[in-house]
Amino acid sequence: MDAPPLRTAIRDYGDRALLIECGTTAEVLALADALRGARLPGVTDVVPGARTVLLHLSGPSGQASVRTALAALPVSRPSALPEAGQVDLVIDVIYDGADLAEVADRVGMDPAEVVRAHTGTPWRVGFGGFAPGFAYLVGGDPRLVVPRRSEPRTRVPAGSVGLAGEFSGVYPRESPGGWQLIGHTKAVLWDIDRPQPALLAPGMWVRFHAAGTS
Amino acid sequence: MIALEVLGCGPLALVQDLGRPGLAAVGVSHSGAADRRSHELANRLLANPVDQATLEITMGGFAARVHGGAVDIAVTGADAHPAADGIPFGINSIRHIRDGQIVSMGVPDSGLRSYVGVRGGIAVPPVLGSRSFDTMSGIGPRPLRSGDIVPVGPPAEAFPEVDQAPVGPISRGRVDLRVIAGPRDNWFLDPDALVCTDWLVSEHGDRVGVRLAGVPLRHRWPERQLPSEGATRGAIQVPPNGQPVILGPDHPVTGGYPVIGVVIDADTDKLAQLRPGQSVRLRWIRPRIAAATPAGW
Repeated sequence: MDAPPLRTAIRDYGDRALLIECGTTAEVLALADALRGARLPGVTDVVPGARTVLLHLSGPSGQASVRTALAALPVSRPSALPEAGQVDLVIDVIYDGADLAEVADRVGMDPAEVVRAHTGTPWRVGFGGFAPGFAYLVGGDPRLVVPRRSEPRTRVPAGSVGLAGEFSGVYPRESPGGWQLIGHTKAVLWDIDRPQPALLAPGMWVRFHAAGTS
Repeated sequence: MIALEVLGCGPLALVQDLGRPGLAAVGVSHSGAADRRSHELANRLLANPVDQATLEITMGGFAARVHGGAVDIAVTGADAHPAADGIPFGINSIRHIRDGQIVSMGVPDSGLRSYVGVRGGIAVPPVLGSRSFDTMSGIGPRPLRSGDIVPVGPPAEAFPEVDQAPVGPISRGRVDLRVIAGPRDNWFLDPDALVCTDWLVSEHGDRVGVRLAGVPLRHRWPERQLPSEGATRGAIQVPPNGQPVILGPDHPVTGGYPVIGVVIDADTDKLAQLRPGQSVRLRWIRPRIAAATPAGW
């Protein structure tokens, strides 16, 4: 359903990018969807963030014309649930993370409830960053909000499933990391030899499924 | 087939082209030549398309033997005193290298990165549409090592038209960079402090970012955290310690430190040539407007 353009601020980001402010990550995703579909001339990359969309432009003189094009861009209303209730991907998780008990403690649940909360509602791929194939998943159970670990781990294995702030995410490769680890998956988040190297594409709906506890 | 046998690499020798745009949403940075102007000049001198791959040599020390035929090369960027079989030749010019000859480089007196272009381009297999090595994610052809055989592609149909390009020397002194304020300049108590002082280039710089040292910038809300947002090369991020980092081609695609200003695109090539200890002056290119009144659509 088309709606009037989002009324929001657009800021110059240097002379070769524009930063568009949104109220929520759901608005970011609706706007990023519209921008990818519209393929505006002069826009070379659409980069969603938590509350913003950054547009990379093809040259240093394109800001004015892209601003004009944005004023006419129809943007669908943000969706809170996948259309027809279907998720795009189910990720099997073994909930054996080193921080599962601590997370349960922090949010006032027992570990089994944390697993039920994590698997109970669909998550949406919000934005990338940190490493190729990593996605900040948004819109999950609002009770699962935990701070990052005060001491980041120097080594987090690939496939680790974690929580930080309002987000959930899966480590695409072994790296240092500060997220609270609640489990792991055998899903391959990033494979440069696949036609689509990233398993998680922006806007995709994902559901976690408990595949065991060890 | 013509190929280069690598005999020496110096501190860092990479294959670079103009990068892989359009993949930031899946976490892949733009990457590409740090000093795009020098990279493109090498290609233009050789009548290559500007997006063909060159070698990006940091602090000289590169040497290679040509195999399989004669080839034209051009060295641009930092003047690392290139030579063919020990006979010096000028940068920003075309040099014909015969089969079996050795091209070598010393250490530049100023600047940091030299570009070695070869007529036909460096023809290693592309990864996700680019031959650039992204030092942060490890995507693309790995850094060169002695003994590597680097293939050269077939020459373009066009022929070189000029032997030499007029290019000014790279500064060893203070470098001025033009900056557009924001988008998060209001996250600082005194954003103009950025442009009122000389900054020193710290030694912990790389293709991810150039770190500056100076009087720390003061955050207006030290306890607040900015939700992660997209970034570009040239963005001046300020971490909690108040010492700015200017992002380079291999920057993370999103970041959570507020960006006080962004170096204009044309000046980001100068960043690639800054050496540790050099001083930098940043200037607003247009008057800074307080961000309280966001522009409407």
